[in-house]
Amino acid sequence: MKKFERLNGLVAPLDRANVDTDLIIPKQFLKSIKRTGFGPNLFDELRYLDEGFPGQDASSRPLNPDFVLNQSRYQGAQVLLARRNFGCGSSREHAPWALDDFGFRVVIAPSFADIFYNNSFKNGILLITLDEATVERLFQETEANEGYRLDIDLEAQTITTPSGEVIAFEADPFRKHCLLEGLDDIGLTLEQSGAIRDFESRHRAAQPWLFRDA
Amino acid sequence: MAGQTLYDKLWTQHLVTSRDDGSALIYIDRHLLHEVTSPQAFEGLRLAGRKPWRRDANLATPDHNVPTTLKERSAGNAGILDDVSRIQVETLDANCESFDIEEFRINDERQGIVHVVGPEQGATLPGMTVVCGDSHTATHGAFAALSHGIGTSEVEHVLATQCLIAQKMKNMQVRVEGQLGLGVTAKDIVLAVIGRIGTAGGTGYAIEFAGSALRDLSMEGRMTICNMAIEAGARVGLVAVDDTTIEYLRGRPYAPSAEQWPAAVDAWCELVSDDDAHFDKVVELDAAEIEPQVTWGTSPEMVVNVSATVPDPAEADDETVARGMTRALEYMGLEAGQKMTDIQLDKVFIGSCTNSRIEDLREAAKVAQGRKVADNIQLAMVVPGSGLVKRLAEAEGLDKIFVEAGFEWREPGCSMCLAMNADKLGAGERCASTSNRNFEGRQGYGGRTHLVSPAMAAAAAIEGRFVDVRDYDDASALTKSA
Ligand code: SF4
Repeated sequence: MKKFERLNGLVAPLDRANVDTDLIIPKQFLKSIKRTGFGPNLFDELRYLDEGFPGQDASSRPLNPDFVLNQSRYQGAQVLLARRNFGCGSSREHAPWALDDFGFRVVIAPSFADIFYNNSFKNGILLITLDEATVERLFQETEANEGYRLDIDLEAQTITTPSGEVIAFEADPFRKHCLLEGLDDIGLTLEQSGAIRDFESRHRAAQPWLFRDA
Repeated sequence: MAGQTLYDKLWTQHLVTSRDDGSALIYIDRHLLHEVTSPQAFEGLRLAGRKPWRRDANLATPDHNVPTTLKERSAGNAGILDDVSRIQVETLDANCESFDIEEFRINDERQGIVHVVGPEQGATLPGMTVVCGDSHTATHGAFAALSHGIGTSEVEHVLATQCLIAQKMKNMQVRVEGQLGLGVTAKDIVLAVIGRIGTAGGTGYAIEFAGSALRDLSMEGRMTICNMAIEAGARVGLVAVDDTTIEYLRGRPYAPSAEQWPAAVDAWCELVSDDDAHFDKVVELDAAEIEPQVTWGTSPEMVVNVSATVPDPAEADDETVARGMTRALEYMGLEAGQKMTDIQLDKVFIGSCTNSRIEDLREAAKVAQGRKVADNIQLAMVVPGSGLVKRLAEAEGLDKIFVEAGFEWREPGCSMCLAMNADKLGAGERCASTSNRNFEGRQGYGGRTHLVSPAMAAAAAIEGRFVDVRDYDDASALTKSA
C-alpha cells in the first residue's frame, strides 16, 4: 500500500453530515473491474449538473458551480474536511479509490463509518477524527482564508495550522505502523501462516461441519 | 468474572492471534462473493501469484447487475444489454472458474441475492464467521454467525489468508419486548430502531437483537432486522440461536450431515449471551408501541410512523441536523407538516436482501390478493430474492396473485434496490420500496425512495399513496404467515 508520512496540503471543506458512499461514488461507476480511474466521478451527483455514465468524457460535462470542489480556490486540494458519520452506507472500496484518484490523501471529520474507515487505510488514505468543535473551527478557518493549508505529520500525530497552532490526533498503532511503512497486509498476515494452520486444524476438529471438503 | 455476550463468544472462538494494540487476526469460515466488489481482489491475487487459501469456504453468485425481465434473463449473460455490467458478471464467472470457486451462475436456480442465497443453502451456519464484500452481510447474524461487510482489499485478504484483520467491537443490546400489533413487521421494528438510535448510533458496536418480539419472529424476519444493522452504523447484527434457528437449517444443502447434526446442534445451543453478560449500551423498545414505519428523507434515520406528518427542520436538535433535513426535504420534494398518507407515489418495489424472502412475498401477496394496483402507479414490481424463492412462491400461487393485481413478477436479483441493472427510477419519481437505503440517487438519478415493509409497499401500490395497512378491514390476516 501507499506510504503516508507527512503532508502539507490544501484543504477543501465539504459541509454536509452523513455523506454516504453512494454520494462519494454512485453505483453506475462500480461496474468497472479496475481500481483506478474513479477520480472524475468522485461526488458525481454533486459535482456535475447532468447524470453521469461510465466511460463518458468528464471534461465536456456541465459542472455545478456551487459545489465546493469546483471552486478555483480549492483546486489541487489534498485534505478533505468533512462532517460527522462520513462514509456511511455501502462497503464499496470504490469510495476511497475515488478520493485517492482525485488526489485526497487525508480526510478530517468528527466521525467516520466503520467499513469506510478500514477501506481508506488499506489504500493509504489517512482518516483523522477530531472533536466537533475543532472541526467546526477548521471549517471556519478554511472558508475564511483562501489557500488554507494544513501540515499533517503522522509520526508525530499532529496537525499544524497556518498560524502555527498544533492539534494532536489519535492514531491506531497498527494502522499507523502500516501507513508509515506502506506495508502490504496480506504479506504480513501470511507471515503467520503457521498460526493460521494450527488454528484451522483445531477448528476443524471441534466443528467439522464448517468444512465441506472434510 | 462477568459472563460473555454472544458476540464475545464468537470473537473468542475465531481468534487466531491478537496484538497488544488491540488488532487481531480472526479466522473466516464463510466468504460470499458477488460480481461488483470482487474483480479487483481476484486481480490482486493474480498479480501477486497467490491462490485462495481454502476454496470450499467460498461461494459466489452474480446479483447486482443481472436483468430481472424474463426475456433478457433467458439469454443468460448475453441478455445483459449494458456492456460494462455484462463484463462484470463474465469476470466473476471467469474468476470463479480459474480459482476453482463454487458459483451459482445467472440462470442456476440457486442464484439470487447473495444474502438470500447463503442462508437458504445452509451455507450460513450458527457459530460461523461470514464475510462478503457487501455491507448487508450483517444479515447472516440472524443465525448467530459473526458476519460483516468488508471492502475489496479485505476480500483479497480473506481469499489469500482465510483471515481478516479486525478490531473487537463494543457490545450493544437492542431489546424489543412484547407483541407486535397486527400488520406490524420486522421491517417496522428495525426502522423504528434506526429512527431511535440514528444512522451512526451503532458505529463501533455489534448489536445483538433480543427480547420476546425477536424470539417470536421467523428467520426471515430476523434476517430483515440484522440486514439493516448497518443502516444504524453497526457492521454486525446478531440474534441468539433458538429452536427457530435450528429448524430453519434442518435439511438445507450445506447444513451439517445427519451424522454431524447432533454435535452441531449441541454446539449451536451455546450461542446465546450469558445472563450476566455485560453490554456497553442497551436500547429497549416496546413492540406494542411500534407502528408501521415510512421514511420521509434521504437517510434511513429519517423515518416516522405512517400516521405522522413530515417533520419540520425548525424542530431539529442542532444546526447540522436541521440543514440535513432541509436538504432532504428539497430532494424528496416534500414539505414539513405534510401527512405521510397524502404522499402520492409513482412506483413500488418489493424486493432486495432486506425483504425478498418467501415470508415477505406472502405478506405482500395477502394485501394484494383480490385488489388492483392504483392507476397512478406506473410500475409495481416484485423481485424474488433467489430462484428458489421464486419457485416456492410460484408453487404457492403468489405470482398469480401479484400479476392479477397488476404487479410485475420478475426474475431474482438486486434490481431496483440500487439500480445497477435496467430497473431504476427516473428523476423525480417517487417509490415505495422494501429495500434498505433511501440515499439520494440510490434507486436512480434523482429518484425519491421511501422505505417500508412489504405489506405497506403492497398497500401503497393498491392505493397509489401511503396508507396504514392496519386500516384494511382484513388486517387480522396480514401478519402471521401460514
Ligand atoms: S439487494 Fe441491495 S442492499 Fe442487498 S446486496 Fe443487493 S444491492 Fe446490496
